Amino acid sequence: MAAAERGAARPTGDNRTSRRRRRRREHCLRTSGLEPGALPGQSMRARAHVWPGRREAGAARGMGEFKVHRVRFFNYVPSGIRCVAYNNQSNRLAVSRTDGTVEIYNLSANYFQEKFFPGHESRATEALCWAAGQRLFSAGLNGEIIEYDLQALNIKYAVDAFGGPIWSMTTNPSGSQLLVGCEDGSVKLFQITPDKIQFERNFDRQKRSTIHKMIVDRQYMGVSKRKCIVWAVAFLSDGTVISADSAGKVQFWDSATGTLVKSHLITNADVQSIAVADQEDSFVVGTAEGTVFHFQLVPVTSNSNEKQWVRTKPFQHHTHDVRAVAHSPTALISGGTDTHLVIRPLMEKVEVKNYDAALRKITFPHRRLISCSKKRQLLLFQFAHHLELWRLGSTVATGKNGDTLPLSKNADHLLHLKTKGPENIICSSISPCGSWIAYSTASRFFLCRLNYEHDNISLKRVSKMPAFLRSALQILFSEDSTKLFVASNQGSLHVMQLVEGSFKHLHAFQPLSGTVEAMCLLAVSPDGNWLAASGTSAGVHVYNVKQLKLHCTVPAYNFPVTALAIAPSTNNLVIAHSDQQVFEYSIPDKQYTEWSRAVQKQGFHHLWLQRDTPITHISFHPKRPMHILLHDAYMFCIIDKSLPLPSDKTLLYNPLPPMNESDVVRRRTAHAFKISKIYKPLLFLDLLDERTLVAVERPLDDIIAQLPPPIKKKKFGT
Amino acid sequence: MVEEESLRVVRCGGSELNFRRAVFSADSKYIFCVSGDFVKVYSTATEECVHILHGHRNLVTGIQLNPNNHLQLYSCSFDGTIKLWDYVDGILIKTFTVGCKLHALFTVSRPEDSVFVIINKEKPDIFQLVSVKLPKSSSQELEAKELSIVLDYINQSPKCIAFGNEGEYVAAVRDFYLSVYFFKKKTTSRFTLSSSRNKKHSKNNFTCVACHPKEDCIASGHMDGKIRLWRNFNDDKKYTYTCLHWHHDMVMDLAFSVTGNSLLSGGRESVLVEWRDAAEKNKEFLPRLGATIEHISVSPAGDLFCTSHSDNKIIVIQRNLEASAVIQGLVKDRSIFTGLMVDPRTKALVLNGKPGHLQFYSLQSDKQLYNLDIIQQEYINDYGLIQIELTKAAFGCFGNWLATVEQRQEKEAELELQMKLWLFSKKTQGFILNTKINMPHEDHITALCFCNAEKSEQPTLVTASKDGHFKVWILTDDSDIYKKAVGWTCDFVGSYHKYQATNCCFSEDGSLLAVSFEEIVTIWDSATWELRCTFCQRAGKIRHLCFGRLTCSKYLLGATENGILCCWNLLSCALEWSAKLNVRVMEPDPNSENIAAVSQSSVGSDLFIFKPSEPRPLYIQKNISREEVQWGVFVPRDVPESFTSEAYQWLNRSQFYFLTKSQSLLTFSTKSPEEKLTPTSKQLLAEESLPTTPFYFILGKHRQQFLNETSKNELVQLPLTENIPAINELLHTPAHVLPPASFLCSMFVNSLLLSRETESAKEIPEDIDMEEEKESDDSDEENDFSEKVQDTNDPDLGEDIIHQLSKAEEKELRKFRKVDYSWMASL
Repeated sequence: MAAAERGAARPTGDNRTSRRRRRRREHCLRTSGLEPGALPGQSMRARAHVWPGRREAGAARGMGEFKVHRVRFFNYVPSGIRCVAYNNQSNRLAVSRTDGTVEIYNLSANYFQEKFFPGHESRATEALCWAAGQRLFSAGLNGEIIEYDLQALNIKYAVDAFGGPIWSMTTNPSGSQLLVGCEDGSVKLFQITPDKIQFERNFDRQKRSTIHKMIVDRQYMGVSKRKCIVWAVAFLSDGTVISADSAGKVQFWDSATGTLVKSHLITNADVQSIAVADQEDSFVVGTAEGTVFHFQLVPVTSNSNEKQWVRTKPFQHHTHDVRAVAHSPTALISGGTDTHLVIRPLMEKVEVKNYDAALRKITFPHRRLISCSKKRQLLLFQFAHHLELWRLGSTVATGKNGDTLPLSKNADHLLHLKTKGPENIICSSISPCGSWIAYSTASRFFLCRLNYEHDNISLKRVSKMPAFLRSALQILFSEDSTKLFVASNQGSLHVMQLVEGSFKHLHAFQPLSGTVEAMCLLAVSPDGNWLAASGTSAGVHVYNVKQLKLHCTVPAYNFPVTALAIAPSTNNLVIAHSDQQVFEYSIPDKQYTEWSRAVQKQGFHHLWLQRDTPITHISFHPKRPMHILLHDAYMFCIIDKSLPLPSDKTLLYNPLPPMNESDVVRRRTAHAFKISKIYKPLLFLDLLDERTLVAVERPLDDIIAQLPPPIKKKKFGT
Repeated sequence: MVEEESLRVVRCGGSELNFRRAVFSADSKYIFCVSGDFVKVYSTATEECVHILHGHRNLVTGIQLNPNNHLQLYSCSFDGTIKLWDYVDGILIKTFTVGCKLHALFTVSRPEDSVFVIINKEKPDIFQLVSVKLPKSSSQELEAKELSIVLDYINQSPKCIAFGNEGEYVAAVRDFYLSVYFFKKKTTSRFTLSSSRNKKHSKNNFTCVACHPKEDCIASGHMDGKIRLWRNFNDDKKYTYTCLHWHHDMVMDLAFSVTGNSLLSGGRESVLVEWRDAAEKNKEFLPRLGATIEHISVSPAGDLFCTSHSDNKIIVIQRNLEASAVIQGLVKDRSIFTGLMVDPRTKALVLNGKPGHLQFYSLQSDKQLYNLDIIQQEYINDYGLIQIELTKAAFGCFGNWLATVEQRQEKEAELELQMKLWLFSKKTQGFILNTKINMPHEDHITALCFCNAEKSEQPTLVTASKDGHFKVWILTDDSDIYKKAVGWTCDFVGSYHKYQATNCCFSEDGSLLAVSFEEIVTIWDSATWELRCTFCQRAGKIRHLCFGRLTCSKYLLGATENGILCCWNLLSCALEWSAKLNVRVMEPDPNSENIAAVSQSSVGSDLFIFKPSEPRPLYIQKNISREEVQWGVFVPRDVPESFTSEAYQWLNRSQFYFLTKSQSLLTFSTKSPEEKLTPTSKQLLAEESLPTTPFYFILGKHRQQFLNETSKNELVQLPLTENIPAINELLHTPAHVLPPASFLCSMFVNSLLLSRETESAKEIPEDIDMEEEKESDDSDEENDFSEKVQDTNDPDLGEDIIHQLSKAEEKELRKFRKVDYSWMASL
């Protein structure tokens, strides 16, 4: 086995890289045979993943093989979670990150991250809360209160509170008033009107009554108490005040008398966040050591009404500070510096012990950050404030199944494109031919033309973008790179003709009357005739690009769409939903295909439905129309439509019998789902050509290595 | 004097004190613990054994205070009875016969007439918790047959059962689940932890359980060292628990304090942990308790805790986590390598004690006297560690010298061997390390013996080793310019055809040394170290070797592995006789010619007492123990017995003790076990009329003077109540055995009359003289006295003791009177 060659690794610029004792493999090429049984259970470092071709097809072509570019130089680090707010009515979770990004997770839809608002350098959020009517507000260090438009996916308005940076914000229980705590010590009350918020009164810090008010409204604030900082307080309806402070204590106070009732020393580090359940019978605190503690109100004895708060279970799902916690009726939600969002269901609250009762850990965004130019073998990586363009390495070597091939040419970092301005990049795309790059921030749309002259690359920005193209939620190039499709946040879709060095606006598909829902997902057919677009809730619209009109609408489904693709020759639209359902819809026939109907009739394998990360990408093999390739963060799968679907009794994973079994047995036990879990976390996987796959991984250890060091804890026995 | 009864094997102390949780009396003055067939009552203040409650005929398995009368104690035993005791006087009040083996006992206050016991009725390893209704009747022997099963399929250990909230529920743990039975609802809830299939939770097994005294909270200990606090367990769904984790190995026992504010836990780390407010961060430690904590108990008054340890020790701990008293029994935690020895000075039994220690155990008082740290290294208590073992020890020169051998062998080739020689220091009354010899031999030392001859001018030690040599070590002058010192050096190395040396033995006069080399016995002249003769019987390797004593000193005895006992005549150098006997233990009596041999057969062990001069045994006791007897020793008696029967004469001057494989220390006795109780324990009763501190005397005198000065015309001077036997008797006799008050009244008033005072004052000097006489020969007298006390159980017994005590006090008083306290007046 040949040693893998290092890709052209960009120095991380981080002095903590020494923590990584592991030899990093930035990029390697390997061959991967189609015979899965060839390497059963071998623990080779570079074990091949193995793809079963159909026996019939395989016989004609010999053994089919994939060369896999295993890319690990995508240096993506999600930013830490700052605030978490849970809305009980819609069962949605709003998460704000340190770079100002706000994400909306739909807990009912398999914890899918259905919406996001891009971050802004000056807009560090410090508080996030839901108000009546499922309106989301945030406030931050720039002193503004922002309301988000959850339909159009943009910022509705920003109101300055005129009190300096805002550290905290909350609503009254009915959700009709908003209260913010400002840097200057004032607390300001805003009335929430149907379309805006209106300043109502200002509570000055001197007045005793206002301090009381602050507590009543579950305010939290930085009050110094002999070098001990109270990080969070909660006010219960029975008059108990719970405080969490930097000394590691959780204390219970009687608000009427101002006396300390009980004190729990739970950690040596800071207790940073607190969240109380709606029933006020349990609350959760997060600490700087990454531990989340659950407190419950339990009766002292079974035959008395006296109750006491008891610390029950600690959960250690984080390595760093838990900056924010939330308490949904059935789960504890926590997030922090280590960028994971952890949803820990409470077993006693979960009715049935199904997969909903399992722990969820969400690390990566549920959208694509990578696009790929198949022709030139380029990868475009999207970061918060810049784009990176890489050319994949190549090899002349060949090898057996599972071999790691030496690179004859290293991967090349071609371009580092930094955005101007404080806004984060929303989306980006590279054209299949590799000569166009388009990206968008919240206020500007950029299109660039790339010229390749041997090893030199020149970039030319296309100026004169039309005024209506201010911001895009999704950008897509057609397969022949002659058309550009842009989903703007107004709900409209723009089609543009790309000609040498410039472009021409062809058409704008306006949203259906009455809807303002933004389209976040686009797919175009390889022949360029059909464009599919999907929002977060309504169905998928299919447009005819030639005739520039709406062709049909795929009926709406309960769960949001996570990935879309149109198959090459058949023009079948494949739709993946957040509940792991996959539909195939024939665009010419305007109906679901036979296979899709058969799948729905039989139902997916229960293990398939229990997967907890959404399918983020679907692609097709150009020569095998029966195959659908799709992947989520922890597996990739080829669905072979010609094989029977697995029933619940058969094994979903690794269903392949060993080589020595007879063909009859192999054929009988084979089913449509061929799943590989070799690459994880898998951010992107696509076919470059018939024989080459590219897989972009982002190992969690590499992310942790780039985070600030966690609080040192003595571990027994080390 | 004593009419001979049949000789029987009796257990002689040294039984486990840590078998079950110790129990405190309600006032924390006494602590009760099971000890074999007895219950022992110790004083928490003085560590003395106050009473031994005997009456059970098998192992006592549980004790509990009577919740409705805290002056009474329940006990249960394998003999199938529950007994109720008055522990203040050590009287058995009632016996309830249940019928089947009782494994543990629990009492609750609520159903007044029932107690709970663990039994296994049907199958050997399926245990049930049953409630036993104790019938109410005045008769002493009662049948308690009314059993009702509470929980089935529970753990045998009482640590796995706990009653909570004044008996409203009972929690039981076993393997991976906790069951809670609610008596009111008559329902059982069961909570299961993820079991061993999951690697992360593979050590989730429950080990013990305790219930909060005030709240609905159950604490459970686990194999992996975690403690879980369960709450809300009356709801099958909403139950919740908290984890406390400090122990790194299994939690052995848990106990809540009386108020429930703190939880005590202990494990193999030998650290008592107090968790305050059940908070993980708020804990206190009492470390270095010496051995694994087996049990923890809490006094009902809340001022004391106590921990039982695996080294047969009970430590009484105060509320502020300071150990206040240690009750140490015979340490039987580990295997005995050194065998049984008798310290010639103290007549104490000496054997392996705590790891690396030699313990000196008093057979008379069933108490550890002294612990000698031989290895002098911190003992790390962990599985899989290969420890240094103290393998051999021997006393020499009338207890002046002690030789010890320690070894550690991690691998075949890596033997660490060390021999230490200890000198008895009269100044410190302890052994002081004199010489340390690293690797005295190349291989394991198989035997070592001192030359104990009276006329030998130079202390001599011989070691025999598997490396084929025996070495003679002598004490030489090791003085240098700094100090005068003595030390041991090797004087002679002997070997015989490269055979392994297996045994060595000096003759009584020290002139001959016998060393056995596998099958051959060699005799060496100790003056010149010349080989005198060899004996070879070709009957297997020699296992035991000893010379005859006194009149039989011309004989040498050897026992071989093939079951042949040979006796050679040293004068004729010929085999005198041989017998077929599979000898396990062969011990000569130091005070007579007798030699005891214990043979092992498939059914049990038999004892043979014989003289080397005649091949016919003096006495045979068949089947002394079912198990293999590992070690035996003759302990010289302080007072010779006078058995007239020829068969028992061998017991007159020495007593034979032996240790079986399961480490029970046994001996032979003709007395019934009741008679073995020492009288001292009874006298300690008066301890309640406490504090006779010097200050008490000073104050008393001061007060008397004051009285005298101020009211000289009032001649009434109340006598000290302690000095009047009638009052004493009145106060110390249990209420239920006292005659009616009308009868007592006149006696009481009479006792207060002054007329007696002059008489008693006269008596005092006489008594003191008598006592002084007594002291000169009290060793003999005391023993006679003790026998008399036990034989006759007449009513004036109590008075006798009190009389004596008052004398002691008077004597002390006199002592103080002599001291000049005039300075007190000036205060």
